[in-house]
Amino acid sequence: MACLRSDRSSTPKARFHSALLARLGLIGATLALAGCNTVLMHPSGDVALQQGQLIVVSTILMLLIIVPVIVLTFVFAWRYRQSNREADYQPDWDHSIQLELVIWAAPLLIIIALGAITWISTHTLDPYRPLQRLDANRSFSPSAKPLTIEVVALDWKWLFLYPDQGIAVVNDLAAPVDMPIEFRITAETVMNSFFIPALAGQIYAMPGMETQLHAVINHAGDYRGFSANYSGAGFSQMHFQFHGLSAGDFEQWVQSVKASGGSLDRTGYLALQKPSVSEPIHRYGAVEAGLYQAILNRCVAVGTPCMHDMMSMNPSTVTTGMRQDTAAPMAMAPDATVMPAPGTHPHRD
Amino acid sequence: MSLQPDFLKLLLGRLTLEDIPYHEPILIGTFIGVSLGALGVLGALTWFRLWGPLWRDWITSIDHKKIGVMYIVLGLIMLLRGFGDAILMRLQQAISFGDAAGFLPPHHYDQLFSVHGVIMIFFVAMPFVTGLMNFVVPLQIGARDVAFPFLNNFSFWMTAGGAILVMISLFVGEFARTGWLAYPPLSGIAASPDVGVDYYIWSLQVAGVGTMLSGVNLIATIVKMRAPGMTMMKMPIFTWTALCTNALIVVAFPVLTAVLALLSMDRYLGTHFFTNDMGGNAMMYVNLIWVWGHPEVYILILPVFGVFSEVVATFCGKRLFGYASMVYATVVITILSYLVWLHHFFTMGSGASVNSFFGITTMVISIPTGAKVFNWLFTMYRGRIRFELPMLWTMGFMVTFVIGGMTGVLLAVPPADFVLHNSLFLIAHFHNVIIGGVVFGAMAGITYWFPKAFGYRLDPFWGRCSFWFWLVGFYFAFMPLYVLGLMGVTRRLSHFDDPSLQIWFQLAAVGAGLVALGIVSMIIQFVVSFLRRDALRDTTGDPWDGRTLEWSTSSPPPAYNFAFTPVVHENDAWTDMKRRGYVRPVEGFIPIHMPKNTAAGFVLAMLSTVCGFALVWQMWPLAALSFAALIAGTIFHTFNYNRDFHIPAADVDRVERARTQLLTSHV
Amino acid sequence: MSEIATSIPAGSSGAPQFHLSTEHHPENGTLLGFWLYLMSDCFIFACLFACYGVLGRSYAGGPTGAELFELPTVAVNTALLLLSSITYGFAILEMQRGRKTPVLAWLALTGVLGVSFVGIELTEFGHLIAEGAGPQRSAFLSSFFTLVGTHGLHVSFGIVWLLTLMVQVGRLGLTEANRRRLLCLSMFWHFLDVVWIGVFTFVYLMGVLP
Repeated sequence: MACLRSDRSSTPKARFHSALLARLGLIGATLALAGCNTVLMHPSGDVALQQGQLIVVSTILMLLIIVPVIVLTFVFAWRYRQSNREADYQPDWDHSIQLELVIWAAPLLIIIALGAITWISTHTLDPYRPLQRLDANRSFSPSAKPLTIEVVALDWKWLFLYPDQGIAVVNDLAAPVDMPIEFRITAETVMNSFFIPALAGQIYAMPGMETQLHAVINHAGDYRGFSANYSGAGFSQMHFQFHGLSAGDFEQWVQSVKASGGSLDRTGYLALQKPSVSEPIHRYGAVEAGLYQAILNRCVAVGTPCMHDMMSMNPSTVTTGMRQDTAAPMAMAPDATVMPAPGTHPHRD
Repeated sequence: MSLQPDFLKLLLGRLTLEDIPYHEPILIGTFIGVSLGALGVLGALTWFRLWGPLWRDWITSIDHKKIGVMYIVLGLIMLLRGFGDAILMRLQQAISFGDAAGFLPPHHYDQLFSVHGVIMIFFVAMPFVTGLMNFVVPLQIGARDVAFPFLNNFSFWMTAGGAILVMISLFVGEFARTGWLAYPPLSGIAASPDVGVDYYIWSLQVAGVGTMLSGVNLIATIVKMRAPGMTMMKMPIFTWTALCTNALIVVAFPVLTAVLALLSMDRYLGTHFFTNDMGGNAMMYVNLIWVWGHPEVYILILPVFGVFSEVVATFCGKRLFGYASMVYATVVITILSYLVWLHHFFTMGSGASVNSFFGITTMVISIPTGAKVFNWLFTMYRGRIRFELPMLWTMGFMVTFVIGGMTGVLLAVPPADFVLHNSLFLIAHFHNVIIGGVVFGAMAGITYWFPKAFGYRLDPFWGRCSFWFWLVGFYFAFMPLYVLGLMGVTRRLSHFDDPSLQIWFQLAAVGAGLVALGIVSMIIQFVVSFLRRDALRDTTGDPWDGRTLEWSTSSPPPAYNFAFTPVVHENDAWTDMKRRGYVRPVEGFIPIHMPKNTAAGFVLAMLSTVCGFALVWQMWPLAALSFAALIAGTIFHTFNYNRDFHIPAADVDRVERARTQLLTSHV
Repeated sequence: MSEIATSIPAGSSGAPQFHLSTEHHPENGTLLGFWLYLMSDCFIFACLFACYGVLGRSYAGGPTGAELFELPTVAVNTALLLLSSITYGFAILEMQRGRKTPVLAWLALTGVLGVSFVGIELTEFGHLIAEGAGPQRSAFLSSFFTLVGTHGLHVSFGIVWLLTLMVQVGRLGLTEANRRRLLCLSMFWHFLDVVWIGVFTFVYLMGVLP
């Protein structure tokens, strides 16, 4: 421990060597160990893969500045320490135009590069944007139909509805490999965040609003999914398994859900959405028509007015254009809050 | 007879005996410990007959130096509380795997992470930077006090009042279980009907008023009270960063006041700002709270950038490289910090163009910040560096903060943020910049200006212990969290299923233990320094060969700071004075106009605190009474026109004579 | 700068003057400080306007502005408030002439106009609540009541301040400190006027448009 030696023997040189070694060692170990088991660096979905690559590229770009800064800090600290009388001492030298130009220009250039990467990748990897490719080698025709999965975040479990298959599952999710998925996401009570790290980035699940996520799973396997936004007492248990399955296995999975019998209707949903922790997997072979739209519009309980009905009751809310006119700059994505007629894409850009 | 329970209910609101957590062993233990400590302190005060001096010289003091010290003492006390919360969390996360549930059920754990964040930001970091700015700025600009000394006292006690409310929540009722920013709908009355969120709201409202007024105060001080000859571009760099920080405070804190008021209206009056139904929009809260929240973190970091600039120039014996550049960088950072708030919720679905815009503005902020780092480096270049404690902390900052800055720019790329948002990577990032930046800077500033405040330096040995424990402890505690974030682990979890994660949490717990040793070393440092103060005495007032005006005064400075108002000719005014043959005047002293101490600030702030407490528990009579007393007290205070006095020339002469003797006897 | 005396200590000729030998009076910062506070208050209103902007059309199937607002009443209220700014302006003019009694008279008139404004506003609120259009009915009404109500609260505090100042000017006259306070209240009062113009434009006038 440096502080146990007396001040005199802990010379700047010794201090810096020990500090430097300690820090390099720790960073090195971190990087080495980071190779194993980091799902963000080794995901199984194309979207997550591109996002992971972005992390690496951005880090390398920034290390171009960071490494010289850290090295220079140690070099200058050692070279210009008080006891080194050989080093130049210019107490009034405080200005150099050329140096200032470099100091401002170097980070500026890096940021310009990073900014361009940001603009492009943010548009390419927009969760609302339908997928254009299955992976780096195979593209996907945008006119072909993706698998639609409706997601509802409850306290403290996940409800997944498959409108095309007519089934629903609690706390278990599956999709075929290499088939693009379109998630439509909402929540019942509080804000959550739908996240399967191996598959794609996360997106908030919010009551009365629908968000979207487009993703594809490229390798079969079981992956962890969970909520990434704290939502209350059962948050730590709000996770599920996501199964990437071959086409045949997926069909089998769908059939097994249908065969389990249960039917999810409004009454069943109202019972399901009551708060519970560590909810076991439930499978529903049949789902009441319009249930998801009712959940989204917060009118599952019979007699409650639906949100889009309430909004259209006032003639002045007929157009979303009006909303955008009056919306202050802080109003984000007004379309995300407008209940779209089924089938329309609310997304702007 | 049936009136009695109703009357009690009216008086006590929703407070019942059940709200005292007498069945929670950890809290009972804490309460016993705190009570014993408090009794010890109160006993010592009585034994040493310090109540009078405490009231006269500190509680009612409007002296910016005393107020600055009180802010830092508050910050240090709350650091112990906030760090205690951190240790508990680290322990829980290190052991709660599989069937082991740990010792903190979610009900308790979820309060811990919420209160840890609130305390560290509002009642540790803010008091540290406010305290430093309060103590240093008037001395640096050659003034006798701030522009509004009474308001300064009131601001401090409002901050303390907010802290008191948070501390009370530990033993009476409970705190919020929402995270430190309390997003609705979770913080709304439906999902959080208990008092926790109300404690959150009222403690922040009370403290927020204090901070706001402090912002107004320091801006007016810097604009109006600079010594003759000190133009804006001749101000010390710390004063520049203080000016920009306080501009941010004045512009950002009203937003916090407004948004918390709206949340409280949803909770108390049933309005629909942020509810799920009847037209409410929770996203509005997220936007508003971060419109405040992002400038807030710049409010924390800009003053410490100023500290580092002063420390580097002083301990390299060299002018700060690129002063003008530093000023422009600070101003650019100030303005840009208001244009980046959305990067805190890229994942809320704003669309690619909006996300990219805010991502790019966030990256642009790193340019002036990088320029500052380079300027510090080139101040070291061709300097003559003395590795006193403040310089050690600065070195630790320079390496640690740039790593945190790098991960911040990484998070600013929206698609990268989609996989990193709310993960432990994010936690590691902000602790990286807050500990590496704000905490190390506060330590540097405290160590640097301590001799000025108290007349003796801090013990270097224990200071170095504290530094090394903090530095190594920080890396052990937070580098594993970067790894965990890359492994897909999210924040605010109190239980895990994947055993492969456990080693990383255990490493982090070791790190927290090292930081604990750093804090213990710091406390020992204060005690040892006090005991050894004669050996560590600063007799000249300039222990570090400083460059700015505060080092021209004695240590500690007299109440009036300067016997004669200084006249400034150059940057680094004190260095200029030393070089050009300044001779300290020893005669011809004049009476000095000074503000009087007052109890009004303390009384009004405590009334506000009582009102906040009453509102938490819905004790309507008490709330109405304390609010009315607050208004009446304020009006009453305005009838006091007799707020200042003159220090007689003879007293000034006596003080200056004593200093002359001290200086000549120690040559 | 005329305060800098030439008391350079003997023996160090050529050293520049590093201190003033006479008392230094820094400029009073009260008006600047109050202005800064007022700008922060402006930000609070900005937040409330922003909320109204986002939530102002969220009627939740309930009544709209077009159905609720009575523009003639609003016009009367606006006139009262603008008039009160004029009367306060006259008070300041009299203050600058150093005439205490006219100052008090104009202040009293301002107060009466202010109280009328608040009274009419409270009546308007009472009617709305009685009709079932209270702040709990919808987000639109929550933001309406909060924005307009916060302005009304500010006016009310201004009236309390005005009364206090009237007592203080009455007792102590137009001292330096009282003049500063009158100028601060002046800034506050006119600021509230400007906010009201924003309110009746964005809330009332635009609110009755389809």
